[in-house]
Amino acid sequence: MAERMPADMAKDPVMMGLIRGPANATPQPGSGAPAVEIRGLGKWFGAFKALDGLDLTIARGEKLVICGPSGSGKSTLIRTINALEGFEEGEIRVDGIRLTREPKIVEAVRQRVGMVFQQFNLFPHLTVLENCALPLRLVRGLAAGEARERAMHYLSKVRIPEQAGKFASQLSGGQQQRVAIARAVAMEPDIMLFDEPTSALDPEMVKEVLDTMVQLAVEGMTMAVVTHEMGFARQVADRVIFMDHGKIIEQAPPETFFSSPREERTRAFLQQILQLH
Amino acid sequence: MHFADNVDYPSLLGRPIVFLPGLALLFELLRGWNIGITAIGRGLTEMFRLSALSPAADNLVVAGLATLFVAFNLAVVMRLKLRWQVYIVWLELAVLLLVFFYSFNLSFDFIRRKIGFLLSQGLVMTLYISVVSISIASALALIGAMAKLSSNGVALGIANFYTSLFRGIPLLMQIYMIYLGLPQLGYVVNAVPAGIAALSLCYGAYMTEIFRAGIESIPKGQWEASRALGLKPASTMLRIILPQAMRVIIPPTGNQFIAMLKDSSLVSVVGVWELMYLARTQGQTEFRHIEMMVTASMIYWLFSILLELIQARIERYYGRAHAR
Repeated sequence: MAERMPADMAKDPVMMGLIRGPANATPQPGSGAPAVEIRGLGKWFGAFKALDGLDLTIARGEKLVICGPSGSGKSTLIRTINALEGFEEGEIRVDGIRLTREPKIVEAVRQRVGMVFQQFNLFPHLTVLENCALPLRLVRGLAAGEARERAMHYLSKVRIPEQAGKFASQLSGGQQQRVAIARAVAMEPDIMLFDEPTSALDPEMVKEVLDTMVQLAVEGMTMAVVTHEMGFARQVADRVIFMDHGKIIEQAPPETFFSSPREERTRAFLQQILQLH
Repeated sequence: MHFADNVDYPSLLGRPIVFLPGLALLFELLRGWNIGITAIGRGLTEMFRLSALSPAADNLVVAGLATLFVAFNLAVVMRLKLRWQVYIVWLELAVLLLVFFYSFNLSFDFIRRKIGFLLSQGLVMTLYISVVSISIASALALIGAMAKLSSNGVALGIANFYTSLFRGIPLLMQIYMIYLGLPQLGYVVNAVPAGIAALSLCYGAYMTEIFRAGIESIPKGQWEASRALGLKPASTMLRIILPQAMRVIIPPTGNQFIAMLKDSSLVSVVGVWELMYLARTQGQTEFRHIEMMVTASMIYWLFSILLELIQARIERYYGRAHAR
């Protein structure tokens, strides 16, 4: 374990606290295993190595922000966690469950992991309420009334209960993304993954979505967020990761990450990002 | 209207300097082509009881009437609201069609005598064959589309072969092959089941491609969102993908239903007493072919219109999420 840790990580007390021993073979949810544990993860797209021997542990309740240039593998990384992408090398444990291609395993993992996409991916043929209630009925086995009730509860939490009867196409981008968050959170997952949740939004709608995510973070949700919103990272993140060429180049708590990045590549990236924002 | 631009192009035909010479030219052409002595011309003159005039006068009158008709459309109809334009044009064309039929000198008495049988036997059989075939074809298409999108090579191979074969052979040949070929294997099939089998297989093959294209038109993100939420593949297909694909699938499928209604007439070659067969045989005895053909055509058309209306309703239903 220890010798596989990058030297700068081993020195960092915050990082030290996040790394735990390997989980049991048959863990129970909430047994103390980390939310996500990734060891030596490797993935190819044809001849292109998208993820290159990557190690990452996300502790329960941790808020992780992942940034990096386009094509660095950050989206691919979080998409492997709920098996939307496969991988060739290494292993992933979610709540201690070792991810394989076994349907039962993948379903168990997906029930524990919620995901929010860049393009919202609301179901356009369903109303906002049905978007949230249908998965509750089909996956959680809730009765129709119960599912609607819970869906309304979470729509209220993202502050759009009054839009419940509308179709996605009648909502603004920010509203759609908040519905997508409500839909994922209503499944009451242990971990939430966000894949560039504000990148497809008009600038004036970014804040309402980030506010919703901040609220979720305050409530203690474990979150892995791919984003270039450095303000959000500063405010919420326990740890910021910078990726390039399928590897984690640097990771640190936001204070350290933004004030004194160690790597030249990180500095160059931050300069470009912060100029824009 | 799907896309309404905000440009008013000058209406070329609305200007007198264009339409007056245009109408004059039309009049001259119609007169030159002796429209008065064509079937339409005769039909018109008979309808207006002008047959006592000389052929030359007939010609002038009919050409004049036709020119006036076009002028009316240019001057009046083009200025109406869109909805009324559509209604009036439909009415005009329907009248023209009637005039065309009227020119055949149809014996309405003969039609009256035969239409009962045409409806009670012919139409009922045609509808029976169509409805059963449409149902089976839809089921085949759904299975075929799933097979074409699956990662199972055997299923894919069967589906590919099936669509290729049944789209590539004339439907008439398929009917013969099933009706005359299967008995060679020892299975004697009656004419009606053979016809239904051929229609189902043929239209199932076309509709497989429609369903496949419809399913493929749904963005990958819908699959990802559904699967990430934990929905199983079957639920994803039935609850998320297919309802969205219906929007794309319905218009061409409506086409197929209408085409099948009329292609069911091909089953008449194996002696099924459906609409087309009766129309042909009932007219034979008294040499009143045209009467029966026109009547059968009108019945086919009426039911096609019915299918069009149903299609429009279903389209509205599946498009409701996209109406703003």
